[in-house]
Amino acid sequence: MKMSGAQMVCEAIIAEGVKTVFGYPGGAIMHVYDEIYKQDGFEHILNRHEQASVHAADGYARATGEVGVAMVTSGPGFTNAVTGLATAYMDSIPMVVISGQVPLSLIGTDGFQEIDAVGISRPCTKHNFLVRTLEELPRILKEAFYIARSGRPGPVLVDVPKDITVEIGNFVYPDSVNIPSYKPTYKGNNRQIDKAVEAIKSAKKPLLYIGGGVVLSNASDLVREFAQKAQIPAVETLMARGVMGASNPLLLGMLGMHGNYSSNMAMSETDLVISLGARFDDRVTGKLSEFAKYADIIHVDIDPANISKLVDVDFPIVGDITKVLEKMLPLLDDVNPDRYNAWREILKRYEELHPLSYIDSDDVIKPQWAIERIGKLVGEDAIITSDVGQHQMWAAQHYPFDRPRQWINSGGLGTMGFGFPAALGAKKAHPEKVVINITGDGSILMNMQELVTAAEYKIPVINVILNNHFLGMVRQWQTFFYEKRYSETDLSFQPNFKALAEACGGIGYDVTTKEEFDAALKDAIEQDKVCFMNVQTNRFENVLPMVPSGGALFNMMLPQTIKSSGEEK
Amino acid sequence: MPNITKERRVISVVVMNESSVLARVTALFAGRGYNIDSLTVAAIPNSDMSHITIETNGSKRVMEQITKQLHKLIPVYKVIEHEEMVEKEMVLVKFPIAENLSDIAALSAAYNGGIVNVGPEMVITQVADEPKRIHHFIEAAQRYNPCEIVRSGVVAIER
Repeated sequence: MKMSGAQMVCEAIIAEGVKTVFGYPGGAIMHVYDEIYKQDGFEHILNRHEQASVHAADGYARATGEVGVAMVTSGPGFTNAVTGLATAYMDSIPMVVISGQVPLSLIGTDGFQEIDAVGISRPCTKHNFLVRTLEELPRILKEAFYIARSGRPGPVLVDVPKDITVEIGNFVYPDSVNIPSYKPTYKGNNRQIDKAVEAIKSAKKPLLYIGGGVVLSNASDLVREFAQKAQIPAVETLMARGVMGASNPLLLGMLGMHGNYSSNMAMSETDLVISLGARFDDRVTGKLSEFAKYADIIHVDIDPANISKLVDVDFPIVGDITKVLEKMLPLLDDVNPDRYNAWREILKRYEELHPLSYIDSDDVIKPQWAIERIGKLVGEDAIITSDVGQHQMWAAQHYPFDRPRQWINSGGLGTMGFGFPAALGAKKAHPEKVVINITGDGSILMNMQELVTAAEYKIPVINVILNNHFLGMVRQWQTFFYEKRYSETDLSFQPNFKALAEACGGIGYDVTTKEEFDAALKDAIEQDKVCFMNVQTNRFENVLPMVPSGGALFNMMLPQTIKSSGEEK
Repeated sequence: MPNITKERRVISVVVMNESSVLARVTALFAGRGYNIDSLTVAAIPNSDMSHITIETNGSKRVMEQITKQLHKLIPVYKVIEHEEMVEKEMVLVKFPIAENLSDIAALSAAYNGGIVNVGPEMVITQVADEPKRIHHFIEAAQRYNPCEIVRSGVVAIER
């Protein structure tokens, strides 16, 4: 079928089954937008900043597991998208970003709104393409989607020069992809799997170390079955919250810098780490030489480059977690779950010794209380997104996540401003769910223009701003490690958040008491309109436990070691 | 990362012959602060692939990580960390015509090379040999006041 390059872009998006595209038009991408106007195969959401478009596509991808699509123009449109690409890249999120480019004849001439998009995005995409002929456009689009979702997923950029979008050519969207140099390993080596199972059988203190890869592989049911069958306790990384389910007795909690006591102690004392789709991030391991010091390590990962990158692995298994666990589960038949009784008892005692805790107050809303309250009121019905900082850690610690893809946050890159646009993407994907962005008074301002987007398209996302008038996490480090010199972290000067939301067509709530909190949240859910809940919390609350950067996991600052209320001024 | 035993390594990377593939490969080194000591690239005859030979140095762990990261690049077909290899390098050296030409010719011949061009002011020799021997040749050539030395970088093939 004869059509323009611009039309091919739209046809490919439709063929891939994408229902929502987030983007922002501009000179170089105008022909594609002209075709978007004419088609009705997908909806386009006009965000108010390209970064938000990419985060929204990212949130859509995280909520569904499908490829998210964003579209931007050349030059500044693309550079604004870079943070979004990097965010998705660090968390292995499948995404295709289509950027306009100046016409081929102008490339390299410092043309208006020209920038070397493939050059800039090379280190923060899984792969990228500069389209150089119309003939290769259909194949590139097909490959982009395939690369984004296969193997270890990731964002792919397709940079399309303007003249190619105008040109008319024959369009046949390929059925299949053949890239001889790209063949991800899914299956997992049988002999390695056998060896790993033997190691599990002879271990005394095995521990499941669950990472975001389990979510990406949609393997959480299998992981739960694995834990249940062998009665092996589990810890989750920040990216894996929800995999085991909050009420699962085998789940110890989150490990790492702000992990709970029993999780970090379990990792310090285990004799066999069973790592599933985790990558031994420095925020998880703390001091590497002390990390799982007494343990052999089984590492299941689809990306061979993750294996033995930071710690030496004894049983490497390259493959898709789902495929590997399907093979592994029957082999666990003769594992005696009682074997690990003593180990589970020890961990239970650790749990009782230092449970995750905070000291609540009647006078002021504690951020942890607010998060637990949301958990009680909406619980598993909600999708929770977050920005980056203290609120993110509290949400990860205190929210009762019951299923994967319920918790959406920027873990690897730690992008402030991620939560609100990501929530828009998640809500578009799951309109029936309550979507709440737990954020702070610092982060929310980094993409607050999305109030307008949300109001225009009636995407009722609830932003709970845990407002401590500080860049809280940096302030916390300043308290602990910089002798309380609060350099540029005091956010006492604030916008009127309520008025701001209202000015953009949303609803604002000022919340200072627990009663107001309940009332505001209930109203926000009923109103079906984007809102800001400006929740005044105490100013100096710290995220605890905390492993100081570079310290060993077992050296935690615990709530009891900090003055009575977990607050240090 | 422990970087104790730095060793010279030669890696061959077989890639799809497409634009920007070399940039992807070298960017991987640059982004991690690893050095490339030499680099040669050419298309593989009768195929749509190219062969890149990289000479670098680093610890075993660093090399393992580089190899894996290279393999992760979409257009990279194969990565070979050479152990048992035949490797060759070529060098072109320009000497002033006033130097002792028979000495230069004899020296070049000793390293499997010879004079390839003579002009009114300059003489050019070419030598192709193992990298270590090329190094020796260049050292020996110093006494004839070479005015320009161009090395090709290493090509290697596994035995």
